[in-house]
Amino acid sequence: MIVVSTLFYLFSFIMIASAFMVVLSRNPVHSVLFLILCFFNSAGIFLLLGAEFLAFILVIVYVGAVAVLFLFVVMMLDVEFKSISSTVISYLPIGMTIGFILLAELILVLFTWDRDSIKIIAYATENNEQISNTEMLGMVLYTDNILFFQLAGLILLASMIGAIVLTVNHRPSAKRQNISVQVDRDPKESIENIKVKPGSGI
Amino acid sequence: MIYSSIVFLPLIGALITGLFGKTIGARASEILTSSFVSISAILSWIVLGNVGWVDGANDEVVVILKWLTSGNLDLSWAIRIDTLTAVMLVVVNTVSAVVHFYSIGYMHHDPSRQRFFSYLSLFTFAMLMLVTSNNFMQLFFGWEGVGLASYLLIGFWHHKDSANNAAMKAFIVNRVGDFGFALGIFCIFYIFGSLDFDYVFSNVKYMTNQNIYILGYSFNSISFICVLLFIGAMGKSAQFFLHTWLPDAMEGPTPVSALIHAATMVTAGVFLVARCSPLYEMAPNVMSFIVFIGATTAIFAASVALVQNDIKRVIAYSTCSQLGYMFVALGLGAYQVGIFHLFTHAFFKALLFLGAGSVIHAMSNEQDMRNMGGLRKHIPKTYVLMLVGTLALTGFGIPGVFGMAGFYSKDAIVEAAFATNLAISSYAFTMLIIAAFMTSFYSWRLVFMTFHGAPRASEEVMSHIHESPNIMLVPLLVLVLGAILSGYLFYDSFIYHDFKEFWASSIYILKENNILKDLHYVPTIIKWTPTIMMVLGLLLAYYFYIRRPNIPSKIAGDQEVLYKFLLNKWYFDEIYDFLFVKPTVSIGRLFWKAGDENIINKYGPDGISKQVIRVTKKLVQLQSGLIYHYAFSMIIGLSIFITFYIIIGRG
Amino acid sequence: MITINHYLVLASILFVIGIFGVFLNKKNIIIILMSIELMLLSVNINFVAFSSYLNDIMGQIFSLLILTVAAAEAAIGLAILVIYFRNKGSISVDDINEMKG
Repeated sequence: MIVVSTLFYLFSFIMIASAFMVVLSRNPVHSVLFLILCFFNSAGIFLLLGAEFLAFILVIVYVGAVAVLFLFVVMMLDVEFKSISSTVISYLPIGMTIGFILLAELILVLFTWDRDSIKIIAYATENNEQISNTEMLGMVLYTDNILFFQLAGLILLASMIGAIVLTVNHRPSAKRQNISVQVDRDPKESIENIKVKPGSGI
Repeated sequence: MIYSSIVFLPLIGALITGLFGKTIGARASEILTSSFVSISAILSWIVLGNVGWVDGANDEVVVILKWLTSGNLDLSWAIRIDTLTAVMLVVVNTVSAVVHFYSIGYMHHDPSRQRFFSYLSLFTFAMLMLVTSNNFMQLFFGWEGVGLASYLLIGFWHHKDSANNAAMKAFIVNRVGDFGFALGIFCIFYIFGSLDFDYVFSNVKYMTNQNIYILGYSFNSISFICVLLFIGAMGKSAQFFLHTWLPDAMEGPTPVSALIHAATMVTAGVFLVARCSPLYEMAPNVMSFIVFIGATTAIFAASVALVQNDIKRVIAYSTCSQLGYMFVALGLGAYQVGIFHLFTHAFFKALLFLGAGSVIHAMSNEQDMRNMGGLRKHIPKTYVLMLVGTLALTGFGIPGVFGMAGFYSKDAIVEAAFATNLAISSYAFTMLIIAAFMTSFYSWRLVFMTFHGAPRASEEVMSHIHESPNIMLVPLLVLVLGAILSGYLFYDSFIYHDFKEFWASSIYILKENNILKDLHYVPTIIKWTPTIMMVLGLLLAYYFYIRRPNIPSKIAGDQEVLYKFLLNKWYFDEIYDFLFVKPTVSIGRLFWKAGDENIINKYGPDGISKQVIRVTKKLVQLQSGLIYHYAFSMIIGLSIFITFYIIIGRG
Repeated sequence: MITINHYLVLASILFVIGIFGVFLNKKNIIIILMSIELMLLSVNINFVAFSSYLNDIMGQIFSLLILTVAAAEAAIGLAILVIYFRNKGSISVDDINEMKG
């Protein structure tokens, strides 16, 4: 118990701190790095909750792909270092106010919420020690939730195509092959015999 | 059929010329309108002969069209033919036809003469509507119509500022009278319940003791109505207080002055009072008032005409004075005499005006008499015409033998004033005698200054003098005939032996009203008095302007205050300007600047538009284009919603 | 004793920090994208916490799908950003105001 709560408080504290630093740091590369730290800590939280598959997926996909992508773009775009401008200072009070209000309300809702009034849907599975978390996920994902699975795949496909279409940049000077033209070539037209007299050009 | 064509032919002429004048050309417009009006004139004489002298010819009412029915009010367009109407028809149509033909020559150089002829015919139509009306509403329609036509014609040369101002002045002063007239019509409807002449006139005797209660005061209803109607007549006929528009109306072309301001429109007031004789006979107080106003007008206008220098203005004031004579006659109960004077006056006054127009035409548009003189040898025909007109106006004649037109009608009025026993009639008699003297003086002054003596015009003007073309002179022969003979021929029928058969029921007089009989039996010295006055005036004018031409200017220099008083028309224009015009203009300006601009505009359209712009400028700043602003507002909205629901949930 | 409330509070704080980051940065758009990732992460924590305490595996399934979508969305977002930068030359937040009314 003590280990769990210590770990929880450690992970959450670092996560909140790094979240703040994502927003407030001057160097955008630092922001991305703090985001990565945040993800790692949330993976730790997930582990505490017993969802180890999700924790690993978070690290592999989120950190390994998305955050690195962020880093690529930040470095490519040569973003300037800007200090916190004056307009930030002018917005700060009202931003803090709104933030605190929202936070307070969310927490308020939490503590006045009647937990027993929520109906628990089926699918409640036992917290079984025999089956691992991954296997538990697999049992449901490919059978009852196959639609969601396929849809997720489609979304990924769309985003991939979208990203390529958006950023493709046809340079006219780049040499490319047009396969169908190559295959269609008629041998009769492709070669021409010309008698050349020695000493004169074509 | 004949009656409809008399009334509507001028309208057809006016419409065709007004709408298609440019297309059919000026010549065609002239011929079209003149021929239509001449046909109307000939038919009117036939009608007069029929209604006046043929035995057994009854009064007729020809209903043209139903106008409106509203509650108790039931009006139709109708033509009423009785003697009074027939006399007026003759007057209007004859003078109008003469003026149409005259204008063909006079307006020959004007580029927009189609408009002129259209307006002339329009005026004729409106006047005919007025005189043939069978109910007060149609009369009012004609009344307003002639006012409109007068405005259009006075301001015919609309590029001249003075003409525009004169037209406006005429219309506005007329409006004051029209307001009284309209109030009178309202009272008639209120008291009698109908506006039909027959109905009203037959019910007058039942209403004589009724009182009308206005603002806590009670008046006798018939007297009240008669006063209001007379105010309308005062405006239209340029009587004493509402006369200021008539001299300025001379800004219009001379044929307009001849038609409208000599013979027809200004006589509409006289016609109104004569037509409402059943009403006026029951209101003796109002009749005394009419006599007073008429006599005062006569003397006032005659005194002003003594010193005027514009040839047309002298004749205009003469008209004003003669209208005063007519109203005196009406007020004394001698309606027939008043209409008789109207009849003869139309002829010789139109003749005088058109003759003056001929003089002006010959003098290359010079109107000031001080620049004329010695024209007798150069334009002899015009001289003869003016001479005839002046003789007719001043009442030249020998009692018992023969006289020109004015002799019979004007002197009859003077005799009637003597014959009545009212207190007001002695005032009237004195005023009329003095006015007769002044009339003779200024008429002969006009003739002598214009045609006799040494020429005072420049060499260039004198070399261009030419007699008017025949198209202008021949129609005047008709008027000459009327000026000479109309008195002698129609005396018996109108006011002497045969007047009962002639007028039949068109003019109503009480049984006690014997004035038409009494006026023929005045002492002989009274019969000779107007003639004596006329001769005195002629002699004095001869002395002043032929014998000793320097006396007038010497008297003017000695009596400077009196001279200026008369020259400035008794300062009426200045008094009215001070009393009415300036306050009205300042009130109007106050309402415009302070009320309209500052209050209404500031809080109305201008204020709202300024506010809208101000608010939108602020609102536009909300749409900055920066997305995080939008996201921020979303979050704020979300917070507000959550807070709201938490608070509601707690309650 | 760590109850579910702890996890939920943690998720709320993370969410608010994410919102904070959306409109409080004046530097560049990438910070906004990263703040969106933070918000999605907080929702993930929420789902997994509930899944764990209610013994319902659907929470984790949903969290997996959210992960997928977040990745796709990050990719597209960055692609758009790159194109925008190629055309405008700046990704400072103040300069992106072409929708200004």
